[in-house]
Amino acid sequence: MPKDHGIGASSKRREDVRFLTGRGRYTDDINLRGQAYACFVRSQVAHGRLNGVNTADAEAMPGVIRVFTGADFEGIGGLPCGWQVTDRHGEVMQEPGHPVLAQGKVRHVGDPIAVVVAETYDQARDAAEAVVIDIEELEPVLDMKAALEDGAPKVHDDLTSNLCYDWGFVEENREAVNKAFETAHHVTTLELVNQRLVPNAMEPRVAIGDFDPGTEDSTLYTTSQNPHVIRLLMGAFVLGIPEHKLRVVAPDVGGGFGSKIFHYAEEAFCTFAAKQLKRPVKWTCSRSESFITDAHGRDHVTKIELALDAEGHFQAIRTETYANMGAYLSTFAPSVPTWLHGTLMAGNYKTPLIYVNVKAVFTNTVPVDAYRGAGRPEATFQLERVIDKAAREMGIDPVELRRKNFITQFPYATPVAVEYDTGDYNATLDKLLEIADVSGFESRLAESKARGKLRGLGINCYIEACGIAPSHLVGQLGARAGLYESATVRVNATGGLVVMTGSHSHGQGHETSFAQVVADMIGIDENMVEIVHGDTANTPMGMGTYGSRSLAVGGSAMVRATEKIIAKAKKIAAHLMEASPDDIELKDGAFTVAGTDKSVAWGDVTLAAYVPHNYPLEEIEPGLEETAFYDPNNFTYPAGAYACEVEVDPETGKVTIERFAAADDFGNIVNPMIVDGQVHGGIAQGIGQALLEGAAYDEYGQLLSGSYMDYAMPRADDVPFYTVDHSCQTPCTHNPLGVKGCGEAGAIGSPPAVVNAVVDALQRAGHTGVTHIDMPLTPSRVWSAMQG
Amino acid sequence: MYAFDFERPTTLDEAVAALGTEEAQALGGGQTLIPTLKQRLAGPAKLVSLTGIAELRGVCIADDGAVCIGGATPHAVVAAEAAAHYPALAALAGNIGDPAVRNRGTIGGSLANNDPSACYPAAALGSGAMIRTNIRDIAADDYFQGMFTTALEEGEIITEVRFPVPQKAAYVKFEQPASRFALTGVFVAKYADGVRVAVTGASEEGVFRWSEAEAALSSDFSAGAIAGLAVDAENMIGDLHGSPEYRAHLVKVLTGRAVTAAG
Repeated sequence: MPKDHGIGASSKRREDVRFLTGRGRYTDDINLRGQAYACFVRSQVAHGRLNGVNTADAEAMPGVIRVFTGADFEGIGGLPCGWQVTDRHGEVMQEPGHPVLAQGKVRHVGDPIAVVVAETYDQARDAAEAVVIDIEELEPVLDMKAALEDGAPKVHDDLTSNLCYDWGFVEENREAVNKAFETAHHVTTLELVNQRLVPNAMEPRVAIGDFDPGTEDSTLYTTSQNPHVIRLLMGAFVLGIPEHKLRVVAPDVGGGFGSKIFHYAEEAFCTFAAKQLKRPVKWTCSRSESFITDAHGRDHVTKIELALDAEGHFQAIRTETYANMGAYLSTFAPSVPTWLHGTLMAGNYKTPLIYVNVKAVFTNTVPVDAYRGAGRPEATFQLERVIDKAAREMGIDPVELRRKNFITQFPYATPVAVEYDTGDYNATLDKLLEIADVSGFESRLAESKARGKLRGLGINCYIEACGIAPSHLVGQLGARAGLYESATVRVNATGGLVVMTGSHSHGQGHETSFAQVVADMIGIDENMVEIVHGDTANTPMGMGTYGSRSLAVGGSAMVRATEKIIAKAKKIAAHLMEASPDDIELKDGAFTVAGTDKSVAWGDVTLAAYVPHNYPLEEIEPGLEETAFYDPNNFTYPAGAYACEVEVDPETGKVTIERFAAADDFGNIVNPMIVDGQVHGGIAQGIGQALLEGAAYDEYGQLLSGSYMDYAMPRADDVPFYTVDHSCQTPCTHNPLGVKGCGEAGAIGSPPAVVNAVVDALQRAGHTGVTHIDMPLTPSRVWSAMQG
Repeated sequence: MYAFDFERPTTLDEAVAALGTEEAQALGGGQTLIPTLKQRLAGPAKLVSLTGIAELRGVCIADDGAVCIGGATPHAVVAAEAAAHYPALAALAGNIGDPAVRNRGTIGGSLANNDPSACYPAAALGSGAMIRTNIRDIAADDYFQGMFTTALEEGEIITEVRFPVPQKAAYVKFEQPASRFALTGVFVAKYADGVRVAVTGASEEGVFRWSEAEAALSSDFSAGAIAGLAVDAENMIGDLHGSPEYRAHLVKVLTGRAVTAAG
């Protein structure tokens, strides 16, 4: 029987009332008295020497307050990178400067050169066109392999090459892996591209800087997934403002998918300019601008090899990946192809030897950073594709080949430095085969054939590392930040609670699911709990929301703080009932003395805490407010199995997704409806990557897919009704809720399922030479593959 | 967008006069022009809206049976009002863009713009339509002169498009996945004196007639009649969404489907 409240109930998302009735308060809804408007002048060329910026005409235009250029930012820190990777030779990565406004060179189309601040946005935009830029165009660096050749033009003149790092993992295994390949019974090799994606959150980015000359306090309103991180990075590394003089507010945010983790130039600019001009400065990104300024995702070129013995047991995996960093290092860019990718290369399988090589490369393109899944989709895609190819080559059923190699004993230490605490991959695979009705595939295949269509079935597994992350571990790996999370639980006198969390909700439904957890622990109505997030002024220092971490890490902090509340409340209750605290039980919102009929209500205790007339003041303080920080001691490892059935039109190559099933193990579930929604959204994004989306540059470094006229986002009729199940639950063993995280799974598990299905369809139709098609699987590409 | 003057005349004469001034530009439903202005890619001094001119709006049937559509008639109106008279044309109009586009965009605007991937040029050329302007009648065969290029003179206004109604017709569009314009679209119409096949979305030259298919289908109106034909990939558009060879292939596939759909 489904629960109707608390943990495990599909409580309706309370935040949807304001979102669906137009009452959300997004950053662009904020307008401050006297605010001025910023318009950025951006590079229209991919690579060039900036010989001069003449602002005289622009400054004379109506309404113009001031025109800023790179010269205004000389001596001011650049945008920092939050992760330093050490390469396979023990050297730290090459780390170029990242100025707020271009200094000396422009390095991608969209690189900011100057900013006009004016009384109105239209005036700023008019004047921006009058800024005269003198640029000497340079040969752009676009292809990653060409970028590493001797004599290639350099994106950053002060670096020795375009190579950011050459990472080997685990470097000590390199020789052993090579040896395993020399003696392997069978080796399957696959070369593939995990294409560049544009994040396309529904709400474009916005930044408003404000400065109070009376207090000298700065405030930044911004579209961020992690306001505390922005405050720390911008305050400490860019503008030199201590945290107590800088407030960062990220109110309702309309989707992030990773792209709103990072600290961007526009945030620093607006904060800086507001202080200079002593008036608020607002910038709102246009959709066109977001295509060339929001950090992109993926963009890996990979060769993966899988060595197997005669029975199909995996012996070794070897990969070589070129990872595009773009023109600068975005905030967490170096970590994505390394620690969020190499560590997942074991997948769900016991492969004794793994070696991952990643060459990160600078090019004259928009910086690339974490995007839903971040490294884990890239790892999963190549692994699950090469397994499918190996199964075909060896004549083994792809499902059986996976089963044969499943990890079945937990905890399991992989050869790529992580330890899976728990899981049951056979259970999720069995559940998948059931809900996908795999046994009915043959009859559906016959039905498709009768209509002249090809049909294919793709199945794959995935595992991801979420709940990011143990600070001591990521510190060793190069993170320049801790990755704990925080919560303050404030109980009010009449019994209601406000929970202030350092994580941030931008579509995930925390205001509902977090309240369910706290209400369940105390045994009160969910509506007595309010979740507050997004403002550094009223939330404890926290690292924000990404990497499916908020419930596993932020929720754990909330549990710890609530446990402190309950412990203190029990002492108060014990005093009120003249009993020992050890004998007090809390159930359904009432405190009782074990073995007696004595009872006081939750509200009596909270009132006593704030009206301490009859109160043990000599033992405990009045009030009822507690804070906890939680730092996990391991990642969490959600895993599952996905199945996709496609039809392919043999005449046009058009792929339609007919069925899609997902069986996930997320550990314990707080709100099944929200989890369904997260999985649905993730799968839609994965289908988008598999069939539709792709950022393409031309030979000059111009973004060809620079608008929705050419960048295909998935729409309702591109995706099927999903069958999702999360009844297989192996709770996380090391966090108090036993939760694993569900935000990215859909985007990680679905692309290989789609591609496996299309290749299967073509193979069944006799196109036996087609072993892979690069994403997106457009009709043109699928048709071309069928032409041989 | 840049600032401009705006006029919304109620008669054709007023519109012609308004368009006679320097850097004036006619505005139909604005489904191409307004986004272009928003991107500051055009800067007309004056926009002259044609949507307030009653005589340019509506669908009627001429004495010879031709379906006559006023130049400022939105696609949604064509979809509804031409359905009983020319179902293939109505179906084409009803599948352009989305509801917002269909209720703003006009046939005159589409034909005057002549986007190489638009649907209406295929219908006009495939039907041998007559494009009537404020000064003359132009046969569709003379009207389309390449991508975004037409026979229209400066300030000339499309007042009406007359479509002779065929015995059978169908339009099949293969959508470009992002824009959902025609990656390739084929309009086939069978008249007493022969078959016309017009192709949009495929050629660097804009909408064109596939004359070999017309000849084959005129003697045998069946999908099999074009089986032996091939479309040359030269001059076909190649871009992110499809190679020239793919578009050439689609022309043939979609022509066959259109013939089958026409029945």
